[in-house]
Amino acid sequence: MQKPKIATASLAGCFGCHMSLLDIDDRILKLIDLVDFDKSPVDDIKEFTGRCLVGLIEGGCCNEENVRVLQEFRKHCDILISVGDCAIDGGLPALRNGIPLKECLTEAYITGPTVYNPSGKIPSDSEIPLLLDRIYPCHEVVKIDYYLPGCPPPADTLWQALTALLSGKPIDLPYELIKYD
Amino acid sequence: MTEKSTMKTIHIEPITRVEGHGKVSILLDENNVVKQARLHVVEFRGFERFIQGRLYWEVPVMVQRLCGICPVSHHLAAAKAMDQIVGVDKLSPVAEKIRRLMHYGQMFQSHALHFFHLVSPDLLFGFEADPAIRNVIGVARKFPELAVQGVMMRKYGQEIIKATAGKKIHGTGAIPGGVNKNLTIEERDVFLKDIDQMMAWCRSALKIAKDYTLQHFEEIKDFGSFDSNHLSLIRADGAMDLYHGNLRAIDAGGKKIFDQVNYNSYRDYIAEEVRDWSYMKFPFIKSLGTEKGWYRVGPLARVNTADFIDTPEAEAARKEFKNVTKDKPNNITMAYHWARMIELLHSGEKINALLHDGDLQGTDLVVKGHRRDEGVGLVEAPRGTLFHHYRVNENDQVVMANLIVSTTNNNEPMNRAVSRVAKDYLSGKPQITEGLRNHIEVAIRAYDPCLSCATHAMGRMPLEITLIGHEGQVLERKAY
Ligand code: SF4
Repeated sequence: MQKPKIATASLAGCFGCHMSLLDIDDRILKLIDLVDFDKSPVDDIKEFTGRCLVGLIEGGCCNEENVRVLQEFRKHCDILISVGDCAIDGGLPALRNGIPLKECLTEAYITGPTVYNPSGKIPSDSEIPLLLDRIYPCHEVVKIDYYLPGCPPPADTLWQALTALLSGKPIDLPYELIKYD
Repeated sequence: MTEKSTMKTIHIEPITRVEGHGKVSILLDENNVVKQARLHVVEFRGFERFIQGRLYWEVPVMVQRLCGICPVSHHLAAAKAMDQIVGVDKLSPVAEKIRRLMHYGQMFQSHALHFFHLVSPDLLFGFEADPAIRNVIGVARKFPELAVQGVMMRKYGQEIIKATAGKKIHGTGAIPGGVNKNLTIEERDVFLKDIDQMMAWCRSALKIAKDYTLQHFEEIKDFGSFDSNHLSLIRADGAMDLYHGNLRAIDAGGKKIFDQVNYNSYRDYIAEEVRDWSYMKFPFIKSLGTEKGWYRVGPLARVNTADFIDTPEAEAARKEFKNVTKDKPNNITMAYHWARMIELLHSGEKINALLHDGDLQGTDLVVKGHRRDEGVGLVEAPRGTLFHHYRVNENDQVVMANLIVSTTNNNEPMNRAVSRVAKDYLSGKPQITEGLRNHIEVAIRAYDPCLSCATHAMGRMPLEITLIGHEGQVLERKAY
């Protein structure tokens, strides 16, 4: 029987949610018996190879590339989950929502105390995707089926949610696994 | 990426990450010889600006959200800066030791993760092996014991972080002037139970790295290598100290450029050059200028700058390491792995010693002082020296923040490594071969960069390589 597939992505996140997934520790060896990883930083498959049962999204959308990836995940995954506060409400990166981007760039590349920039230019590169006007939580861009809060959600929360979905059971998380600081 | 011709205006706003990918561009001349190779990093978050207005005591907790791979480093560097803000120059012994335990736990988990999950596939299967098996899942299938070791060592470090910081990722343990909890007897005993096993695994990991380096010495000694300066924190007596110290920089031959510099004056010594083609700045030693002043940080630099290591097993390992270069600094890129495993062993020894220290159960957690308006905090993060610097107004709000993160310090070295490998493995053939890609990856990976963060934690590092002809035309682009 073919194993179900999981895909994961980090958009505007810090990879802490992916690290929390690694914190399931030796259960990771069980997980690779239960599922195949499709497009994911875990194996670096770049393009989807087929339909996935579950897609885990870390981080909100801060640029056009994030939006494209998120839409692609929606297209290929039966169940799409916003993992962590960044995906759910933008998280820490969303602090920039109230500040003109130009000010952030100026601080980093022109006025910062150790900056050496005789040309006064801010780096730019044609390969770089455009920034959005603000950070968007994932559900404002595509339909999201589940939300796992936390920064990051604890490893046990991720494990229980995943194993429930893989066995077709409803996700039933005890209070300790969804309380957070 | 065709040089200046595609420069954008400032309103076309650039961004933070492209799925966490690093990008390499290689520019060829008319004879298809490498003219220039660049590693582009597309990280931009604006933290220095959007943190302004926040209260200073929030910063150690917030700033770690920059990076979920080594959040403890940011947590502690910010906390050290905030110690100065609250006027505390010396923590209570309990607080200092709890923070150190947290830090060594972090070093332990990060070095184990890097070595077992990320690098071991290259060393075990060879650089040229099929990428389908040359990843951690391949290691888990072929060398299950080793994979379990890696997972359990990472877990041990993460559990120490949880016990000292409150959470494995993004904890709250360090607060301005101290810590918010000690280590209970029960918590301590759990770690004591496994420490001997951990030390045994540290020794065997060190042996793998050492044997690998010595057995392949001829092929790796020039691989992505170059002479460089080295920079790190150093203890007053010249010992390696990963948590605290003064700044020392040496040149490629071991001559001191500066030594025992109080890091509060880092700005007099270090500046960061902005270059058009990367969002990551290029730090350099001011007295030497942008051309000559760049330096390496991280495990290799630290083993090079230290006069000795204050734990016996790691010190013996350091001596063996230094023998290879007749006591001169080691400038071999691939030697990073060996140096990293010396630090893994050192962290294990430090953890062991701390667990036997009764101070960890003390209750004197926080010291108070007279409020100041400026603070600088540095630590040696797993990937190298990390600088945090803040100014705070009379309402306790941050008005200035400056961060120089570890991977940024290694920006120029990583570019040099990429250039060297591109020249050695491409010249003459205008094509991105599997071999070229492998070798570029391996060279960048030696620095354990956080540029693609966890992306490479479990498998191959994703990388986009672009080959550009002498007229600026894109010859080939491959994403891996
Ligand atoms: S939710 Fe927290 S841990 Fe997850 S990506 Fe965002 S900042 Fe990192």
